Amino acid sequence: MTRGAGTWRRYRVTFATIFGKEFRRFTRIWVQTVLPSVITTTLYFLIFGELIGGRIGPMDGLPYLDFIVPGLVLMAVITNAYSNVVSSFYSSKFSRYVEELLVSPAPNWVILAGYVAGGVARGLTVGATVMLVAMLFTRIEIHSPAVTLLVLCMTAVLFSLGGFINAIYANSFDDISIVPTFVLTPLTYLGGVFYSIDLLPGFWQAVSLANPVLYMVNGFRYGLHGVTDIPLGWAFAIILAFIVGLTWFSLSLLRRGVGIKS
Amino acid sequence: MPPALAVAALVKTYRGGLQALKGVDLRVDAGDFFALLGPNGAGKSTLIGIIASLVTKTSGQVRVFGHDLDQDPEAVKSCIGLVPQEFNFNLFLPAGEVVVNQAGYYGIPRREARVRAQRYLRQLDLWERRDTEMRRLSGGMKRRLMIARALVHEPRLLILDEPTAGVDIEIRRSMWAFLKDLNAQGTTIILTTHYLEEAESLCRNIAIINDGEIAERTSIAALLGRLHTETFVLNLKGRVTELPELGGFVLNHVDDCTLEVEMNREHTINGLFDALSRNGIEVLSLRNKQNRLERMFLDMVDQNHADAGGAP
Repeated sequence: MTRGAGTWRRYRVTFATIFGKEFRRFTRIWVQTVLPSVITTTLYFLIFGELIGGRIGPMDGLPYLDFIVPGLVLMAVITNAYSNVVSSFYSSKFSRYVEELLVSPAPNWVILAGYVAGGVARGLTVGATVMLVAMLFTRIEIHSPAVTLLVLCMTAVLFSLGGFINAIYANSFDDISIVPTFVLTPLTYLGGVFYSIDLLPGFWQAVSLANPVLYMVNGFRYGLHGVTDIPLGWAFAIILAFIVGLTWFSLSLLRRGVGIKS
Repeated sequence: MPPALAVAALVKTYRGGLQALKGVDLRVDAGDFFALLGPNGAGKSTLIGIIASLVTKTSGQVRVFGHDLDQDPEAVKSCIGLVPQEFNFNLFLPAGEVVVNQAGYYGIPRREARVRAQRYLRQLDLWERRDTEMRRLSGGMKRRLMIARALVHEPRLLILDEPTAGVDIEIRRSMWAFLKDLNAQGTTIILTTHYLEEAESLCRNIAIINDGEIAERTSIAALLGRLHTETFVLNLKGRVTELPELGGFVLNHVDDCTLEVEMNREHTINGLFDALSRNGIEVLSLRNKQNRLERMFLDMVDQNHADAGGAP
């Protein structure tokens, strides 16, 4: 079925409405949404970079503080993109105002795109702020702006999708904190934020390669410093594969009404 | 013109096996003001949920102004405005923003959405509260806001699920006037309510749903025509402490100055007054007790239970 210009215009307005609502939400409560990550990463820079980093020595040829900057920025992006979508969409389920969207002619893919765009916006906002904080501690020369931006955006998209799926399945506010605590944080910490996987024994190196966050951190580290443990092509391929898979799964959940329709 | 709503063989079986709808057929003509009545758990909200795309049907067909829900859900949704039974909005958003956002979900550009939001918020006496967060509005205001939100995309079919539940009489009357005016302008309205007086005052046609099936589908006038008894409330000039025996009339004592009289259709008001006069009772005023539809409804539900061999 072909869609006319009017239909696409309607979709654009719907997308802009959902995105605008999400953007206003996280900027209105910036003390809860933006500030915590900035304070946490500032402490990381201070403790692991300034105080302990000097004793650790260089990693992958970089001063330790410079080595952890990409991982910490990406960690902020991951956490915030995920949190934004999971908390916003679950709240809309909990208070039933998701019905405002379900009764409207908004197609599922526009609803998903709107929420993901909101998550990406918060992820990038916090990521950029953390990067500015990092510049207070070290001098950052971006090796490849295109790779840097692409990895940031793709990572934010991927974890926004993850947050959306979590929200669909969540039945309580506990359910939306379980995944970030027990899955996301371990994956991020073990994803090469604080160390190079070259330091790990062979077996654990192989296990680490199953962690998708490793590819994102290394892709981003290449963008900033031109250094990576993983071939860049692999990093992009893995992130893209996850995005495609999670998008398909999210749309399938929406189509079947899982968690939102009886 | 195709009917506003045509439902055929609609079945809904929930996970767990509860069959909420058992093959519902229903037609609502364009321009109608239609009441959907039924006891709690009869399937009203499930039926409305399916029409509004909030509940997934098991089988059957739903068409709204000729658009099939399975083939063209976007066209169906564009035709419908829903006022749900439960409050369902973000309590932390200002009232005006809730309405403007809803317009946006329907693809109405923000500038036009603001104009429409202003129009409906003014009509429903909420314009002064446009910047107030939803959680700070009273129950009646929230109900009216749900109507404004449902109208902002100017639907051809408005479905209201218990719209005046918990609303005081004054606001209820103003909502009735608003809905009557809306219907007069061409919007088809389907209403579920527990206030049977509301259905009697507003609606032309009615369907009674009971145990997942349409038990009756007729006009309000035809339904009321089938009533065999009517109840009047009499305000008396003096006090009556003991009820007199009036042949053929059943008297109930409300208080010393008020009686209720239940009379069959064979009896006349003249006969009632003659009998009262013979017993020295003078009547200051008389009004029809608005319970006619309720009586009919309860009789019908009881009859269904009896037919099914169950206790009423």
